[in-house]
Amino acid sequence: MKKVAMTGNVAVANAMRQINPDVCAAYPITPSTEIMQQFSTFVANGQVDTELVTVESEHSAMSACIGAAAAGGRVMNATSANGLALMWEMLYIAAGNRLPIVLSCVNRALSAPINIHCDHSDSMGARDSGWIQIYAENAQEAYDNTIQSVRIGEHPDLHLPVMSCMDGFIISHSIENLELLDDPQVRDFVGPYRGTTYPLLDVNNPVTYGALHLQDYYIESRRQLHEAHKRAKDIVVQVGKEYGKISGRSYGLFETYKMEDAEIGLVALNSAAGTAKVVVDEFRAKGVKAGLLKPRLFRPFPYLEIADALKGLKALCVLDRADSFGAAGGPLFIEVRSALYDLPKRPVTINKIFGLGGRDLGLDDLRKVFEELTTIVDKGPKSLYEYITVRE
Amino acid sequence: MAVLKLKELSKKPDLLTGGHRMCAGCGAPIVVRQVLMAIDEPVIISNATGCLEVATTIYPYTAWKLPWIHSAFENAAATISGVEAMYQSLKRQGKIPADQKIKFLAFGGDGGTYDIGLQALSGALERGHDFMYVCYDNGAYMNTGIQRSSATPFGADTTTSPAGKVLQGKAQKRKDLTKIALAHGVPFVAQASPHNWKDLMTKVQKAMSIEGPKFMNVIAPCNRGWRTQTNDAIELSRLAVNTCFWPLYEVANGVATVTYNPKKNRRPIAEWLKPQGRFKHLFKPENEWMLAKFQELVDDNWRSVVNMHNNSHPGETIDPEEGKTW
Ligand SMILES: Cc1ncc(C[n+]2csc(CCOP(=O)(O)OP(=O)(O)O)c2C)c(N)n1
Repeated sequence: MKKVAMTGNVAVANAMRQINPDVCAAYPITPSTEIMQQFSTFVANGQVDTELVTVESEHSAMSACIGAAAAGGRVMNATSANGLALMWEMLYIAAGNRLPIVLSCVNRALSAPINIHCDHSDSMGARDSGWIQIYAENAQEAYDNTIQSVRIGEHPDLHLPVMSCMDGFIISHSIENLELLDDPQVRDFVGPYRGTTYPLLDVNNPVTYGALHLQDYYIESRRQLHEAHKRAKDIVVQVGKEYGKISGRSYGLFETYKMEDAEIGLVALNSAAGTAKVVVDEFRAKGVKAGLLKPRLFRPFPYLEIADALKGLKALCVLDRADSFGAAGGPLFIEVRSALYDLPKRPVTINKIFGLGGRDLGLDDLRKVFEELTTIVDKGPKSLYEYITVRE
Repeated sequence: MAVLKLKELSKKPDLLTGGHRMCAGCGAPIVVRQVLMAIDEPVIISNATGCLEVATTIYPYTAWKLPWIHSAFENAAATISGVEAMYQSLKRQGKIPADQKIKFLAFGGDGGTYDIGLQALSGALERGHDFMYVCYDNGAYMNTGIQRSSATPFGADTTTSPAGKVLQGKAQKRKDLTKIALAHGVPFVAQASPHNWKDLMTKVQKAMSIEGPKFMNVIAPCNRGWRTQTNDAIELSRLAVNTCFWPLYEVANGVATVTYNPKKNRRPIAEWLKPQGRFKHLFKPENEWMLAKFQELVDDNWRSVVNMHNNSHPGETIDPEEGKTW
């Protein structure tokens, strides 16, 4: 174990160095560029055994990852925003072929207007692709999640691709104190690759990948993907516990902060959760029973556990760093609100869409949200969902 | 290189089985079989979406007796890049035997290669993967119902370049993808035709003996799209070559060679166009200019190919006008 100060990107690149994947693809896009850039140096210096495929686009990046994973080895890649959008077609194909590729998604806003800063429109747009999605509050979590993603995706009961997300710039480019595991610890934790049951390179046992499934088989194939996602939750928890044993940092489906007796609460993904914790403390100091739930696993969405964790609340605000234009709220809100539906007594629930394109979320913004929550229990919400951190 | 003897070849296992569900008389599976028959090592194929892919792998069946992957339409080259990269990585790490030889092939139609897959092809050629891309060029997006591609010949009537009252089929000439591939400076680029199996297979053998990225463009008649008979794929590919529409040549390590010169077999382009329903309107009296223009395009292309040959073989030059007796 080593204490270091590094950015989120460099932390993830180091996790990749320690994992030592067999093949990686690289294509630059801010703010994830630095991951593959740093990793290229590890390749150039012989610190990893990786074959680096410096593709000509993200579409080809994911295509090469698919070919490489089907060939029979460990594959990793990183991207953001428009890069992820360009991969979109191939994301579905990676999942449909059950290839446990690990993709580091450094969250950035999608165009237009073009912007390079953080929001979650990129990974939220990929939420139905069949990938497991894990979110990180800070660089330490991004590092830890990257290592765990390998084990989760390659689990014999899953064989699913995993998208490990962190906030662009806010985390990817901020220097943080964190702990790196020792190289042999990571090597032992991830173990040898076992994610491809029928490798293409096994020329003595030829297989066909990507056959045409018509009305008579397609739905069964998708059903299998559906069932795999149902199994993923327990495996994420099991891997998170095991990781705790070697690192002292255990992981579950989500993190709760002062939720035990909370009456009003927030749900927030990624770095916004850090800001929220500060405001929760402030309100607690004033005698208000405030709390926070920070989802970690977004796909599959652990709706039963999340509903259970939120059931004691009187009022709840879900913070979304992405819009689902025309829907009844942002993507996280839609999930959470649906999860609450079966509770006998539900909290009054509202949604704030914030921080698009990297707009700062300040303490004051969240103070206002908590103040609103204290009033809506009796009076009801003035609007179900609305933008905050925005000029009116 | 092994000598190509029909008797020996007939004993080789068919890696694309019969009953593959391609249309009767389709040129593409003939091309695939000839390519595969010319290779002795184990082969892994990446196949772009298109007729070949769709027809041969209708789940739960597959016509392929070798490792095969289809992932999408525009990325056969990128997909095989990944497969080949994994092979290189595992070999370097000693995770697969050092003497395990595997050949990597990508197959795509002209739509998947000239158009939507051009970027991925260019990237893979530039990166220098050890693979060969084979385009089976049937001159249109056939699988989706005969839409024009940048490989569709001038004047052809397709479903998106229909011959109508005002427009007379495709207004543009073809893109010369073989020369675009060549411009990447790769060690082997060739054009071939299934009627001349010996030439095609010799080129494949040569390509397989060269390390690095290779590209082969092979004409593959489609009787549905060309509106011809199911039994004339071979005859039409022969005519395509003898009219100089589809010159047979290769550029191996910088040496350009015309591998077949029609000479006394040379025919005017009209003889190739005539049997094809897609060119019917070219034979209307008012479209005479189109026939003349088509012939001009063919002659220009033949001259440029012959030029490359003559530059490489100053002692064995070809006269581009030879055989032009009409
Ligand atoms: C991204 C994308 N765009 C369009 C299609 C639809 N599509 C499938 S096959 C095909 C035609 C393929 O044409 P070509 O590459 O010439 O091969 P052929 O069918 O002639 O063998 C098209 C347009 C697709 N599958 N994916």
